[in-house]
Amino acid sequence: MGKLLAVVLVIIALASAYPIVTNMFELPKDISTHGHAIDEQIKDTMLEAGISFVGAQLVLAFLVWSFAGRKEGSALKNFPGGAKIMVIGAFVLVGTEILALGVMGQKAWANVYFTSPAPGALQVQAQAEQFAFYFRYAGPDGQFGTIHPDKIDEGNQNYFGLDPANDVAARDDIVSGELVVPVNREVQLLMHAKDVGHSFYVRELRIQQDFVPGLDLSLHFTATQIGKYEIVCTQLCGLGHYNMKAYLNVMSQEDYDKWQKEQSTQ
Amino acid sequence: MSSTIVTPVNSQAAAPHQAKRNSAVLAARQADRASRSGIWVGLFAITMSFAAFSSALFVREGTMDWTHLVLPSVLYLNTLILLASSATLEVARRPMTASSPLAPHDARRARAWVSLTLLLGLAFCVGQLAAWRDLRAQGVYLATNPNSSFFYLLTFIHALHVFAGLAALVYLAGRLTAGHSVLRRTLFENMAIYWHFMAVLWVYLFLLCRMRL
Amino acid sequence: MAESSVEKAHVHAPPEGFIRKYVFSLNHKVIGKQYYGLALAAVFTGMFLSWLMRIHLVWPMLKIPGLELLTKAGAPGGIITPEYYLSLMTMHGTLMVFFVLTNAPFAAFGNYFLPIQIGAEDMAFPRFNMMSFWTTFVAWLVLMLAFFIPDGPPISGWTSYAPLSAVGRDAGPGMEYGMSLWGISIALFCIGSLLGALNFIATTLDLRAKGMTLMRMPLSTWAWFITSCIALLAFAVLLPACILLILDRHAGTSFFIPAGLVVSDRVQPHAGGSPLLWQHLFWFFGHPEVYIAILPSMGIISHVLVNSLRKPLLSHRVVIYSMMSIGFLSYMVWGHHMFLSGMNPTSALAFSFPTLTITIPATVLTLIWLGSLYGARIQINSASLFSLGFISMFVAGGVSGFFLAQPSIDIYLHATYFVVGHFHMVMGVASLFGVFAGTYFWFPKMTGRMMDETLGKLHFWITFVGTYCIFMPFHYLGLVGNVRRYQSFVDDFMAPYMGWHKFITICALITGAGQLIFLYNLIYSRFRGKPAPENPWNATSLEWTIPSPPPWNNFGGKHPVVYHDPYQYGVKGSKGDFVMQDSPEQVIASGD
Repeated sequence: MGKLLAVVLVIIALASAYPIVTNMFELPKDISTHGHAIDEQIKDTMLEAGISFVGAQLVLAFLVWSFAGRKEGSALKNFPGGAKIMVIGAFVLVGTEILALGVMGQKAWANVYFTSPAPGALQVQAQAEQFAFYFRYAGPDGQFGTIHPDKIDEGNQNYFGLDPANDVAARDDIVSGELVVPVNREVQLLMHAKDVGHSFYVRELRIQQDFVPGLDLSLHFTATQIGKYEIVCTQLCGLGHYNMKAYLNVMSQEDYDKWQKEQSTQ
Repeated sequence: MSSTIVTPVNSQAAAPHQAKRNSAVLAARQADRASRSGIWVGLFAITMSFAAFSSALFVREGTMDWTHLVLPSVLYLNTLILLASSATLEVARRPMTASSPLAPHDARRARAWVSLTLLLGLAFCVGQLAAWRDLRAQGVYLATNPNSSFFYLLTFIHALHVFAGLAALVYLAGRLTAGHSVLRRTLFENMAIYWHFMAVLWVYLFLLCRMRL
Repeated sequence: MAESSVEKAHVHAPPEGFIRKYVFSLNHKVIGKQYYGLALAAVFTGMFLSWLMRIHLVWPMLKIPGLELLTKAGAPGGIITPEYYLSLMTMHGTLMVFFVLTNAPFAAFGNYFLPIQIGAEDMAFPRFNMMSFWTTFVAWLVLMLAFFIPDGPPISGWTSYAPLSAVGRDAGPGMEYGMSLWGISIALFCIGSLLGALNFIATTLDLRAKGMTLMRMPLSTWAWFITSCIALLAFAVLLPACILLILDRHAGTSFFIPAGLVVSDRVQPHAGGSPLLWQHLFWFFGHPEVYIAILPSMGIISHVLVNSLRKPLLSHRVVIYSMMSIGFLSYMVWGHHMFLSGMNPTSALAFSFPTLTITIPATVLTLIWLGSLYGARIQINSASLFSLGFISMFVAGGVSGFFLAQPSIDIYLHATYFVVGHFHMVMGVASLFGVFAGTYFWFPKMTGRMMDETLGKLHFWITFVGTYCIFMPFHYLGLVGNVRRYQSFVDDFMAPYMGWHKFITICALITGAGQLIFLYNLIYSRFRGKPAPENPWNATSLEWTIPSPPPWNNFGGKHPVVYHDPYQYGVKGSKGDFVMQDSPEQVIASGD
């Protein structure tokens, strides 16, 4: 039965590696400026993880095959080098892994979080609520109106609780269920949670960030390809969590300007 | 492969009666040590819990609605009372020697001081109740503002632990009555460790409330 | 006379009467078995819940017979609603993490075998021990009650993030009474665990027999000891968190709820609280908790493995130091659950480094296990199969950690099935393998009967292959961005991958059915198994020096004396190729 275990281990190791090696599950195409670094990190880590995983399973299989079910009188041996070499090996192997992955990975993280948005970035406010995303643009005056939680009225589509009657800046705000952005233009997303925790995730954009009630968080990105991409909520927010999504609509600059004009006249 | 030479057991076995006594003494000593470890481990866990509450306080005080709480002045008196109760417990405990049977005179003396500790502990709890009543009279309740939330929370949880200590003191006083002629010194010491910790914890909490609420 | 009163204080009479012997028992062995029974009930419930979840994901219109009787609102006509899926998921996670993985490898086996392995008659505080089990049992009842109330169990996941968990009824179904029951249950569970941890620590430090130095304790005992140190600090933080949550929900405080929230069209009457505070407190407990789940299993499989190798591990001390390092480091990494939570991005890097560093002791352990196999004479039986399987699973589950430990990669993989695959492999499979190994190994000692080996091996194969088939694909699905905690995948995005989800569900049902073999084996062998000798595995530690099952006071009133390290295998002993810890004979090399 030991030999059977060894064989099964080898099969499992190879079967597990197969979908990765043959790219059966490819990452969605990257439409961001910072995503390339993340994808490279994933590739490098996959190589290390893959070698560690397959290697360990094969070593285990070999040892079980060789040393299980041996006859009663067979000689016992000790691994040359004993525990010391294992400890050194672990430190060296893992030490280099940490240095490599950790240090290299810092840059990808820094690209997203340690850079400020460019001065001319398009500011869009995103509000997450049970169970939809709404986006607000400042409109021609370039200013966002104030949010009044007590004025929020889903029935009247006043998702942000704006008070256009008394608040001048709110009058030209554009509220949209879709996040429409021009291609190759940096966007700064100002994130606001209306009720509970949510999260903003666009796979192709390699962006994910929680909406935290009470915290004003912001995210910035630049989309590099025109198209429609899903925005999904990834922080459990209640019964409609699975259905909470919107679309990121990346348009050419002209189309975007046209869209803005259309929205303003409404 | 290892080839440790092991010293064989001392072949001179003790006489059965002696062996039985040895094993009983060994068991008693182990139980004493275990109860001592138990108290320290328990206090460590309690410390960790109050550390968690403290960190919640530090996080919370960074927010905009942090106000200021005027602490009821009875708290100063309560602090003195609790510290005094630690002193009286020490007076009760110090003269105790090894686990020998207590002479009735010594037992009575110790019991008197333990009872005084118990009374002072009760007075502390009553004093805390008075502090809460004082705040309630000013319209400051648990949910009134974050400062009051923490005040009520910390003092209540502390008082719960003091209450447990009071129950233990009652047990201790019971053991010092004429019926029980033996009281293990360890029990008294463990009680003292717990009770003094309650006082130290209170001083910390009081200072925390004073400085940050 | 002092002497007689000292004796009087410590002579325990054996318990009389059914209630004293089997219900409110002070005996650590009974309490260990009670914990095991509770874990069994919890794991089959949890497994059944996972079946419902998997079925709902791929066959959402399937009518589950009988489910409507339990919950009219949650499954009208037997069809699971979206919100009920979340209730099932919450209860699945809560039951499995708390009532199975903390109970079985740690409380159950630890209670039963720690005193015996160190040569003690019982735990240091038998009354606390009894209280700890019954508190845990009441906690379980309170939790299960959530199934039977009209609004059902909570839907906020086992992690119960605020403010979803804190605002009460407005947050959704199950968030009123169900959530309150959860909070009370977990608070009680904390108290039970704290009492248990206290007992383990005091017992290990002070009740060891003569000659049983710390370094001579078996690896399972070391694992229970380290775990109880971790548990003491971790549960001491979760309890305050639960108290604060309960206060927010019922006393109008605002520890976790900020101002201006509008939930279900109602402005919530709270202000100033921080959702991140809940996350910090929860994960400060939560990360050590997952090591509480795996460390005892590491100790158990090491203990079983070395017995099956018939030679000692490469280094007893290194294994101990590695387990200690893992325990220590486990307290420094909790922020890796919060990389994208809005906390300071520099902290993310600060948490990432110790997370990656934990790989070092984990690798040391794996290399020691593998290296010890070299040149051994591996005995294959159900217990050793699960120990070997543990090594395979631990590596499989561990390497996905390389990805998640890096914040940059976590941006993409957070909240996907990749994470779910990772923690199921390490906790749901590897840790459980430790419980299985321990069961097959120690069943003879606990009951005086052997388990059926054929059924055991069959159980192993179904479980080993089955769990790989279930959880490996989770990682692939995560790589393409399959989001977790969804009751269904309504987007075209996931449509190409539904075939994989069907495959997973079918494997889950088959593997789950395989566990019934284990249950049958347990019950059948308990009454009809072959009678077991005192030492069926030719093992060396103290539990094998006493009868199967042990007498109520373990060593029959005697105090064992220990002469040797715990794993003297591969030597010329008087009974074979081993020398037991309490044997006064010399250890002589077997001359190979």
